[in-house]
Amino acid sequence: MKHEIIIAGFGGQGVLSMGKILAYSGLMEGKEVTWMPSYGPEQRGGTANVTVILSDDPISSPILNEYDIAIILNQPSLDKFESKVKPGGILIYDGYGIHSEIKRKDIQVYRVDAMDAAAEMNNAKAFNMLILGGLLKVVPMVKMENVLLGLKKSLPERHHNLIPMNEAAILKGMEIIQKV
Amino acid sequence: MAEEIKLMKGNEAIARAAIRYGVDGYFGYPITPQSEVLETLMAEMPWETTGMVVLQAESEVAAINMVYGGAGTGKRVMTSSSSPGVSLKQEGISYLAGAELPCLIVNVMRGGPGLGTIQPSQADYFQTVKGGGHGDYRLIALAPSSVQEMADFVGLGFELAFKYRNPAIILADGIVGQMMEKVVLPPFHPRRTEEEIIAECPWAVQGKKANRKPNIITSLELDPARMEENNIRFQAKYRQIEENEVRYEEFMCEDAEYLLIAFGSSARICQKAVELARAEGIKLGLLRPITLWPFPTKQIARYADQVKGMLSVELNAGQMVEDVRLAVECRVKVEHFGRLGGIVFTPNEVLDALKEKIIG
Repeated sequence: MKHEIIIAGFGGQGVLSMGKILAYSGLMEGKEVTWMPSYGPEQRGGTANVTVILSDDPISSPILNEYDIAIILNQPSLDKFESKVKPGGILIYDGYGIHSEIKRKDIQVYRVDAMDAAAEMNNAKAFNMLILGGLLKVVPMVKMENVLLGLKKSLPERHHNLIPMNEAAILKGMEIIQKV
Repeated sequence: MAEEIKLMKGNEAIARAAIRYGVDGYFGYPITPQSEVLETLMAEMPWETTGMVVLQAESEVAAINMVYGGAGTGKRVMTSSSSPGVSLKQEGISYLAGAELPCLIVNVMRGGPGLGTIQPSQADYFQTVKGGGHGDYRLIALAPSSVQEMADFVGLGFELAFKYRNPAIILADGIVGQMMEKVVLPPFHPRRTEEEIIAECPWAVQGKKANRKPNIITSLELDPARMEENNIRFQAKYRQIEENEVRYEEFMCEDAEYLLIAFGSSARICQKAVELARAEGIKLGLLRPITLWPFPTKQIARYADQVKGMLSVELNAGQMVEDVRLAVECRVKVEHFGRLGGIVFTPNEVLDALKEKIIG
């Protein structure tokens, strides 16, 4: 089984770190993984994206033509990546960041209102974990126990006190994702 | 005990492998996309554990000359940079080659010329394998295509550098530097003792003992007859390296009717292009040079009579393709496909180029 995933949004939304946590979760699950960031001058405010591949077999190219799953967190990313989802693939978006309708009819589309939920939780930093929760609900590619181990691995030890908050956000994301 | 599998960037793997290999000194200067080498070393503080020196120099020129000084004493020393910074180092690299000093240089290439972009490129192939600095010299050039190879080639680079008393270079790019993959780090070697260094490097300047003549480290020789002798000795060494140290990897070549030639990250993208081609019934293979110098000339030439065409796939305007053409001596059609200035081709673009330029 192989999952080829693009996560795209604004710099500062936690795109790269969400990809990193997913990659670490895959590592804990015993999968082959690659994490390939766009590393331009876009850390704050510009567009940022990361390709994450989880696979049972060795991974060839970290650069892809098209993706099984696109996680789209802002309008420019939708414009760029909507056409690159494989037919029958999955597109997950945050309702707050997207203003136009999804045109593709040959893919499954899901919406997570993560920005709103993060505001409700009074924790803007929970945003990317809400999205991750949504993804794992739709495609349970890694077990929750391995996600928690992945969080532990990817967060520096001084931030391990934040793991329960992250777990709560992932579970909340699983609840609020809805098929469009 | 089995080593733990870790997830890390290629740049980080280089830094961690250097500490574990027992490197004595790293001298660098930050530049995207390789800054994590220096950052990781600074965070790991190996001067507290192995005694390895990590120093951010005032410039790339200073860093390569610190490497010259360290290498002259027989220490395992290295530097890393990205394309514009490596251009600055070229004078020092020529001096290192001329003084026959072993060291490791890392270039995590970005788009050029000039300051260019910070995105991945392979446009420093000519600079690496055809000179870069002045004079008739060669660098042992290793091209990693995975994070694991970034870690492994630190040790291999030093091993070859000391075996032949010649600088070695890891020619990587922004993709393999920035991407994270699984890696098993090499086993831990303690740094060599002073006695071990003297035994391994009798040529090193270590303080003259009464029982031997002075060792002199220099690339200068004002007598042209002796300078020619030096050059003849270098060339004999280079022929020996060409004989012994060619490394390459083949992927689905046995029954191939068409062949891609690609190194580093491009080879990973080409591997997927081979998978896509095979799914369409096109018998495509991939030959990946691991050493760019010495180049796998004979190994590529072997396929000249087997395949109907070769495509050299590079993130540049056509550099390695010249060596592929020299290898096959016009016996088979060889074309180039590339993207420039920091743009990376996708596997589909490679396959389309093969159809357009080779299959026809």
